[in-house]
Amino acid sequence: MDQGAAAGTGGTFISLSETEQRCYSGLHALCQPDGTGTPAAGKVAELFRASQLPADTLHQITEVCGAKRLGYFGCGQFYVALKLMAAAQAGLPVRLESVAGELPLPVFVGITRDPEMRYPTHPPTNESQPHIAGSAPRPPADRPVFRHPESSMDEQEAWSPPRSPPRSPSAYHSYPYSAQRNGTDALLAYDGKLSSRSSVSQENSSPSHYFVRLQPEPLPITQVSSVDYSDDPWRITEEQREYYTNQFKSLQPDLNALILGTTAKNFFTKSKLPIPELSHIWELSDVDKDGALTFSEFCIAFHLIVARKNSYVLPETLPPTLRPGYVDQGVTQSEELSSVDRQVTSRPGVNTCKQDTRDERRQSEFSPKRLPDASEKPIRRVSTLKPDSPQELDASMKSRTRPRSHSSTSIDDAMKKAEEPPTPPPRPQKTHSRASSLDLNKLFQQSGQASKSSWLPPPPALPPRPPATQIFSFRHGSNKNTQKAVQQPNFADFSRFREVETSTPPQRPDLRGGLSTEDLAPPKTDPSAALQGHAPQKPVRRKLHPDSQSATPPSGTPSSAATLTKSTQRLPPKQKRAIQMAIRKNRETNAVLTRLNSELQQQLKVVHRERVTLESQLDLLRPVTSA
Amino acid sequence: MAVCIAVIAKENYPLYIRSVPTQGELKFHYTVHTSLDVVEEKISGVGKALADQRELYLGLLYPTEDYKVYGYVTNSKVKFVIVVDSSNTSLRDNEIRSMFRKLHNSFTDVMCNPFYNPGDQIQSKAFDSIVSAMMVQAC
Repeated sequence: MDQGAAAGTGGTFISLSETEQRCYSGLHALCQPDGTGTPAAGKVAELFRASQLPADTLHQITEVCGAKRLGYFGCGQFYVALKLMAAAQAGLPVRLESVAGELPLPVFVGITRDPEMRYPTHPPTNESQPHIAGSAPRPPADRPVFRHPESSMDEQEAWSPPRSPPRSPSAYHSYPYSAQRNGTDALLAYDGKLSSRSSVSQENSSPSHYFVRLQPEPLPITQVSSVDYSDDPWRITEEQREYYTNQFKSLQPDLNALILGTTAKNFFTKSKLPIPELSHIWELSDVDKDGALTFSEFCIAFHLIVARKNSYVLPETLPPTLRPGYVDQGVTQSEELSSVDRQVTSRPGVNTCKQDTRDERRQSEFSPKRLPDASEKPIRRVSTLKPDSPQELDASMKSRTRPRSHSSTSIDDAMKKAEEPPTPPPRPQKTHSRASSLDLNKLFQQSGQASKSSWLPPPPALPPRPPATQIFSFRHGSNKNTQKAVQQPNFADFSRFREVETSTPPQRPDLRGGLSTEDLAPPKTDPSAALQGHAPQKPVRRKLHPDSQSATPPSGTPSSAATLTKSTQRLPPKQKRAIQMAIRKNRETNAVLTRLNSELQQQLKVVHRERVTLESQLDLLRPVTSA
Repeated sequence: MAVCIAVIAKENYPLYIRSVPTQGELKFHYTVHTSLDVVEEKISGVGKALADQRELYLGLLYPTEDYKVYGYVTNSKVKFVIVVDSSNTSLRDNEIRSMFRKLHNSFTDVMCNPFYNPGDQIQSKAFDSIVSAMMVQAC
C-alpha cells in the first residue's frame, strides 16, 4: 500500500509497493551469495532468463536500469530491473515510466530453490509451491519483508525463511530462489490482504523476523529442477570452451587468427548436420560477416552445432549469452570483445591479414593488435552486456569491408594455393651433418634461393659483405679474385671442394627445399674442418678460401678469412697460383650454376603447368565468376 | 515498397524470387523474365573498354501501366530486379538505389557463407528477412 523505500543505491528512485519490496528483496537475497549488497551477475542473468522474456527485452531492461552503465547490478539497478521485468511481462514497454505504477510481480520460471532445507522447519502444510524467498533481512527492506512473515503466519503460507546473507551463502548457489515465482501468483492473491497490513513497525520486525526463521520453507527441490547453467543451452560452460579451444587450435594454431570459410565448412560438415542448418548456424555465428571465423565466432558456431545435435531448436537470432560481447565468467570474453573492437579498429589490416593467414599464417600481424586488448579489458568491466555494440560494429564493419571481403575470399585463395607449391618454406634441417655435401648444399640452396624465390640478391652479395670489404682492401693484386670473392664467396668454397662435390650427387631436391634461413645466417661451424677438405657449413664465409688454401686454416669468421688473405698477400709468388686457382674455381662454379639454372627452369615449367591445371579446374568449378 | 524482388543468376535462372502474393505470382515471374532482355541490352550496350565504368544500378528498365521495373547488375553478372507499383509515386530514385544496395549487401553475406554454393537457391533466413522488410505489406 504505502510506497516503500526508494529502491536505490543506484540513484534511481522508484517507489515499490510492499509486496514488490518483499518480493524483490527476496530475489535480491537470492542473488547475493556473499551478502555484499551486490547481486552476482550470474545469478541475475539466471533470473533474467527465468523471466522468459525475449532477449532484446532483457537487454533493454539492463540498459534502462543502468546496469550497463555501471557494469554490474547494484542494489538499485536490481530492483529497477525487477520492476521492468514485471512491466515487460505485463506487456508494457520497457521504460522507467512504466515502472512507476503498481505492477504485478514478475514471474520467473525455471528457478528452483534449494536450500531452505538448511533451515529446520516444519514446512507449511500447503506448499509444494514455490514461495517467495524470504528475503534476507536487509535494513531497508526489512520492514516490508517482515510483513511477509506475518502474512505467512496467518496464511499458513510457506515462506522461505529470511536468510541473512552470511547465513546462507550456499543458498544462492545456482538455485535462483526457486522461482517461487510461481509463488508470485500466490503473492498476488495476498496482495489485497497484505496491503491491509499497513503497520508493521520496525520493532515488530525483529520478533517476527525470528519467527519467520522458524518457518522456513524448505521448498521441495522438486521445483523446476536443473536450473543454472545446465538449464541454459545457450551458455558456453568452461569445459565446453576448453574443448572448443582445442578444436580451434587443431584447425588454426593461433587463437587470434581466423579460420577460413572453407576450412570451417569442411570441419563442420563432419558433424553430419544438414547443409541448410549449417548454413543457418554460419549466419548466426559469423557476426562480422567476413566469411571467416574468429575464435569467438568459432565457439559460437560450435556451440550451436552441439546444441543442434542435442536436438535443441536453433534460434532465429543469436541469444545474448552467446553474443561475442557477453561478459561471462570466461576470460576469453575479453578477447572476444576486444577482438570485436580490434576488428573495428584494424579492419583493413584484418583483411590483409586474412590473406596472409591463408598462405603463411603470419601471426605477427596479430600480435600488435593484442596491445589494444589490454585496454579493452577495463572496458569490458563497464559493459557487462553489450549486445548492441557488436551489432553496431558489425554494421559498420560490414559497410566498410564489403568492398573488400568477398573478393579476397575466393579468388585469392585459389591463386595463393597455386603459388604455394613453388615456394615452400625454408627447411631448417638442411643437412648440416655431412661434411662433403654440405658445401654443395649450401651453394645450391643459396643460389636456388636467389633464383627461385628472389628473396635474396645473388648469394654472394649479402653475407660476404663485411668480409668482402676486408678482402677487397688487401686484395688489389688479384682484383679478379677479389671481385669474384666478393660477389661469389661461396663459389670459392665450392670450387675448392669440387672434388668432394662431384663425389656427392648434386642434391636436386635441395634446391627446392633448401631455403633454410639457417643457411643464410652464417653459422660459424668448424671452418677449419671445412678448409681441410670438408665442405664448409656455410659457403658464405668461404669467400676467401681460394686464398686461404695456401694460408693457414681460416676460421669461420670473416676476420680470420681476412687475415688469411692478408697472409697470402705477403707471398707474391703465391698470388699467381691463387689467381689461377680462383679462375679455375670460378669456371667450375659457373658450370655448376648453369646446371642449377637449367634445373630450376625445368622446375619452374612444371610448376607453371600445375598452376595452369589448377586454374582451369577452378574455372570449371566456378560458373558464376565474373567474366 | 517493392511488389516483387528477384535475384537472377549469371546464367539467367532465378536464384531467389519473392512477390507479394496478392496479384498472382505468375505475372511477376513473367515480368521479371521479360525484364532480363532489357538488362542484357543495357549491359551489352557498353563496350568492353567501359566495363569498369559501367554502373551497377541500371535504373528503370521499363514501365508498364501497372508497375515499374528497376534493374541492378553486379560485377559477377548477378542481376537484381525490383518491381514496384506504379501508383506508388513517392518512391524516389535514391530510395530504389538504397534498396538495391541493401540487397547487394545481404547477397554478399549469403555468398560469404561457405555452406552456400554459388548457383544454389538462396535459402538464407537473413536474406529473407531483408527482402520481406522491403516488400509491400500485404493488406
